[in-house]
Amino acid sequence: MRVKWTGWAFVGPFLAVFGFALVAPIAYAIYLSLFRQQLIGGNTLVWFANYREALTDPQFWGSVRRVAVFLAVQVPIMLVLALLAALALDSARLRWTPLYRLSIFLPYAVPAVVASLMWGFMYGSQFGLVARLRSALHLGLPDPLSGTWVLASVGNIVTWEFAGYNMLIFYAALRAIPGDLYEAAEIDGAGGLRIARSIKLPALRPAGVVAVVFSVIGSLQLFTEPDVLMKLAPDTITSTFTPNMYAYNLSFAGQEYNYSAAIAVVMGVLTVLAASAVQWYGRRRAA
Amino acid sequence: MRATRARRRQRHSLTLNLLMTVMLLYAVLPLFWLIVNSTKSQKALFTTFGLWFGGRFSLWSNIHQVLTYDNGIFLRWLGNTVLYVVVGAGGATFLATIAGYGLAKYRFPGRRAVFAVVLGAVAVPGTALAVPTFLFFSDLHLTNTPWAVILPSLVSPFGLYLIWVYAQDAVPAELLDAARIDGAGEFRTFFRISLRLLAPGVVTVLLFTIVATWNNYFLPLIMLSQPTWYPLTVGLNDWNIQSYTAGGQAIYNLVITGSLLTVIPIMIAFLILQRYWRSGLAAGSVKQ
Repeated sequence: MRVKWTGWAFVGPFLAVFGFALVAPIAYAIYLSLFRQQLIGGNTLVWFANYREALTDPQFWGSVRRVAVFLAVQVPIMLVLALLAALALDSARLRWTPLYRLSIFLPYAVPAVVASLMWGFMYGSQFGLVARLRSALHLGLPDPLSGTWVLASVGNIVTWEFAGYNMLIFYAALRAIPGDLYEAAEIDGAGGLRIARSIKLPALRPAGVVAVVFSVIGSLQLFTEPDVLMKLAPDTITSTFTPNMYAYNLSFAGQEYNYSAAIAVVMGVLTVLAASAVQWYGRRRAA
Repeated sequence: MRATRARRRQRHSLTLNLLMTVMLLYAVLPLFWLIVNSTKSQKALFTTFGLWFGGRFSLWSNIHQVLTYDNGIFLRWLGNTVLYVVVGAGGATFLATIAGYGLAKYRFPGRRAVFAVVLGAVAVPGTALAVPTFLFFSDLHLTNTPWAVILPSLVSPFGLYLIWVYAQDAVPAELLDAARIDGAGEFRTFFRISLRLLAPGVVTVLLFTIVATWNNYFLPLIMLSQPTWYPLTVGLNDWNIQSYTAGGQAIYNLVITGSLLTVIPIMIAFLILQRYWRSGLAAGSVKQ
């Protein structure tokens, strides 16, 4: 610890790229969001006019509401599945633990584009499995890409991709519980369920907070899955399906850079706020 | 280490095995579908049952078509993806490793501020940055170049955080002091001693960044408008879109077989390096 400035030599290169590829774009987006391209006068400083427009933009809030519903339904289902699977892996009552662990984790390695293409083809009407099962068995199966079901179908893809990843986060935390804790509990006559409730669940809290934070971020920033499915379900997935898709289409197809920057900033702030709220809540409950 | 003695007495539970088998089937089903359907010709895709083999076995001809379609553009996309992974994920891991180590092992002016800023950035999702970065880079005329994909991939605050956590226990301060007394320079000490001790943490970060760059979609989609610089993900979706475009040639068999070829390398990397995941994830999630 004698060398005072050596640390900067290690941290410097990271900070340089960090500043250029992360801080500068955010600052530039905030700057852009304060301007507007107008027919008369060209590029003018309009201060918060873009934000005021966003506040009352029904398409934007429609997309926010959609990802909020998605978050409220998909994240609990996925995390409960992951938690139960992790407890099962840790219970020593499974026969081929590594086989289950590896196969359930495997979807995490599949690119979201490929995952969406595979599920999309299975959902789809042309050579889709669902359609074929329906005609073969004369079942009243719903169309997964119809308006009522499309959000659930996207949720299924995301659950498929990340349940195993979250399972592994929980499992890693369970493996870190010291063995003497279990021995003490057994001497005290605690059963399996009691051990799960009093030792395992409290030990899972920090991992749970991490998992919830990442899932909240993932839901609010949803993009790839609905974007790929859009071609299969053009009637139900529009270009304003999620906030990210809206911002993307504004800047890319619509060339409305300033308003798009404002939308991106609002969503970034909402996401960071939501993630911090989860962390704060998790810490407070732990104390 | 956990004492396993007490737990051996537990018997295997049939119900639990069955429930986990259901989950295993759910995880594997789409991959099975992918393998089955990459053996089918474009015609058989529509006429045979999706979850079993049918029609003429066309895997080799599908692979041949994928590799040669449009003057072998798929191989170009594969090359681009490898470039983005090697430079992007490799560079991100290197930068995060030296910076995380520097933060954990040195006291220097401004250290707390650096730490606060980087930790704050862990919560900023990459997708939220795609549109701002596009706007910034297009003003600098960096879009439509490989740099537009590589530069943002080089930043991994989460990787830095993992290395920081890992370095605290893995590299003892006494060891560094001993090296200093022997007259070794700080960088020499890092590369010859510390890096070896950090290896499991570094592999974990490398896996995270490899997956992130190999699977990256939003950023290259928004940055690149010419197929010559596409990675596999954007290219595959381009083929998919072509199949739905009026007048476009339907090439579902190429989309499916191309997907299989995209998934295989990353899965092999995964299975080889999987044992590192648990130690790294444990470090990241248990210590907060």
